[in-house]
Amino acid sequence: MDIMIKILYAVISVIVATVYGLTLGGVVQKIYARVHGRFGPPVWQPFIDIIKTHGKRVSISHGIMFYLGPVFRFAGGLGTYLFIPVIYGSVVFANFSMAGDLLLVMYFIFFGQLGMALGAGEGGHPYSPLGIARGLSQMSTFELPFSLAVIAVAIQYDSLNITTIVAAQQGSILNWTLFTNPFAVIAAMISLLGMNMHSPFSLVLAPQEIPIGPPVEMNSSFLAILQTNRGLFTAAKLVLFMNLFFGGATNLLIMIVKTFFIYLVSVIVGAAFPRFRPEQSFRFFLKWPTIIGIISIIFIVYF
Amino acid sequence: MDKKNIKKIEKEMKLANEGLPEKERSLFSDVRPTSVTPLNKYLEKFLNWARAESLWFLGFGTGCGAIELRPLMTSRYDVFRYGIAPRPTPRQSSVFIIGGYASMKTVKRIVRSYEQMQGPKFVIALGSCTINGGMYYDSYNTINRIDHYIPVDVYIAGCMPRPESLIAGFNKLKEKIKAGECDGMNKYAENFDWYKKNQKRVIKDWNMPDFNW
Ligand code: SF4
Repeated sequence: MDIMIKILYAVISVIVATVYGLTLGGVVQKIYARVHGRFGPPVWQPFIDIIKTHGKRVSISHGIMFYLGPVFRFAGGLGTYLFIPVIYGSVVFANFSMAGDLLLVMYFIFFGQLGMALGAGEGGHPYSPLGIARGLSQMSTFELPFSLAVIAVAIQYDSLNITTIVAAQQGSILNWTLFTNPFAVIAAMISLLGMNMHSPFSLVLAPQEIPIGPPVEMNSSFLAILQTNRGLFTAAKLVLFMNLFFGGATNLLIMIVKTFFIYLVSVIVGAAFPRFRPEQSFRFFLKWPTIIGIISIIFIVYF
Repeated sequence: MDKKNIKKIEKEMKLANEGLPEKERSLFSDVRPTSVTPLNKYLEKFLNWARAESLWFLGFGTGCGAIELRPLMTSRYDVFRYGIAPRPTPRQSSVFIIGGYASMKTVKRIVRSYEQMQGPKFVIALGSCTINGGMYYDSYNTINRIDHYIPVDVYIAGCMPRPESLIAGFNKLKEKIKAGECDGMNKYAENFDWYKKNQKRVIKDWNMPDFNW
């Protein structure tokens, strides 16, 4: 019975996160539009888009891996989210977090991309492998500063359990990792720019260069799964960053406010900069953020 | 009917794919498009609303009218506020804007892209050239009426219609979709042979499968 209730709670929390992630996507579209001097699509546009793509009458598949690609991607988003405690002290939003879950979450963040790479490759469109090559190379480079930051956090709190890490940051705003270990936060926030794939790191889904990249052949329900995952995965990543670096949240409202401002960093950078070329992006991640990441570990071990 | 007859009819229903070299024919599909019956009334109505509110058009400009698509997407006219967005791939788009005259070469690409779009799909014919040939009515290498080659839902008249008229066309399309009147995909499937005959009459180097799903 216990597990049934836990599953029910997990379903609720997944739905809340997806709705939040998609709405956030809509709001960000609106912000971008205002920066361009436009009105922009309504905030609920992502929902209508998903209903529409689901409502297509026919769909084309290119084989088994093509089916599995979006499923893996969604599993990646779902896995990431389900092992993060969203709200500190809440039973409903605790999800399936347990000791050592940080490594599992990091694995899931990259699992989806690998699955998608396999699936999109079978589509056979020349632009999919191009997008995949870009995506995987960029992923390996921004993973480096992110891992360094996570190692610094793990050393600092002497734990890989996200709940413990959040608990250690409670009490005062000065207990946040942001203030106790600023270098780790800087390195991780820069790698978040790459993870969110806004400009200047929007190499993968670059509609003007490589028409939409990996999902170029994805249609109908395949695309709808990817769109849903975009909402959930964005929410999951932001919640993870909030937990690790910004003191977690004790209720839904604080969660929304904090994650919104974390996301806003990506949006401000995205609205201000044009897109990098692939090699520029890779070099960038391997240079400053990596150095800052190493400094953060030295800082936490020796000071 | 006995099995032999069914097999025979099935064979006749299969597409011949005569444009392809013999050894490649097995690589391509030979099924024809089939018409799809709508879902039950209320569900279909709901989906039609969603289809109308989220129109993704294919970023493929076929004639001079395509120049009007750029101001549409930027801050001057901003179609995003109506739920209209460009899409770089036919697989994901639902509206095809024929932006003016279509030369023989372009018709081939138009047919290919149109068939690759996943239904329900809608076509907007922009400019006089697509309606009756416009100023190219007697040209040797453009077609006169696009609706002989693919089904069209909305026409926008004018020689270089302004972006405003395109937006008006989009709104007309929305109304028609919500009323459930845009069934171009089924029309194409039902009159497939007629469309193919017309297409093959103008496309001389037919080196693709008969139906590019
Ligand atoms: S209608 Fe006029 S503007 Fe449009 S394609 Fe024809 S000639 Fe060009």
